[in-house]
Amino acid sequence: MKKSENTLKLQFDSLSQNESLARSLAAAFVMQLNPTVAELADIKCAVSEAVTNCTVHAYRDAVGPVYMIMNAYADRKVKIEIRDAGCGIPDVETAMQPLYTTDAENERSGMGFTVMDSFMDSLTVRSRPGKGTKVIMMKKLSVLPR
Amino acid sequence: MDTKNADVKLESKNNILTAAISGEIDHHCAKNIRQEIDAALLSASPNKLIINMGGVTFMDSSGLGLILGRYTKAEEIGVQFSVQGARGRVRQMFDMAGLDRIITFEG
Repeated sequence: MKKSENTLKLQFDSLSQNESLARSLAAAFVMQLNPTVAELADIKCAVSEAVTNCTVHAYRDAVGPVYMIMNAYADRKVKIEIRDAGCGIPDVETAMQPLYTTDAENERSGMGFTVMDSFMDSLTVRSRPGKGTKVIMMKKLSVLPR
Repeated sequence: MDTKNADVKLESKNNILTAAISGEIDHHCAKNIRQEIDAALLSASPNKLIINMGGVTFMDSSGLGLILGRYTKAEEIGVQFSVQGARGRVRQMFDMAGLDRIITFEG
């Protein structure tokens, strides 16, 4: 992939109030590329899901760092990486199944990865138990009208 | 430090409890909304619970869990349940999760 035209690197605590902060910052970053309203909504929702996973699952009852790196490319692609150093996911394939959740008692719907996958062009999840999880999402924004 | 991006207004009238949610529903806000609706459901003992989502400007999958949870609770205690005002992105989320096959959507 070509060198990005713009990069934003963030680190914040896995506190639930940072879910809205993270999606607002993602929206502000992507706004520079003049996305459509739908594209912006897709990205906000996908980021919210990924950060919520860090809050709810990665660190459980503890608080740890969440790293978010956003890259914008000349061809209007946006890459968003959200990483934690939490408990990791033993079986990523199973975790990504729609409606799969390990936290049903707190009414988690198990749709987080499905939402990320549906609203972004690509989703990659890498995880190692005890080491943390990295989510990489890509989306190509539509061509600007002339 | 706390932030509140969503609000719920509860009204009980003619045995119908209406919970009008506004703002952004995410994991951070879902718990408070859930507690407020459940407390009202318990005290009002309505025949029907309506969740009005016309004022929701953002919702991630936490909203799906919130609505599915209230639907399940209403079913358990024999209370009718419906969702009103779920349009655009909010409705899209419900359809994606297949909740449109379980829950009654009105208007």
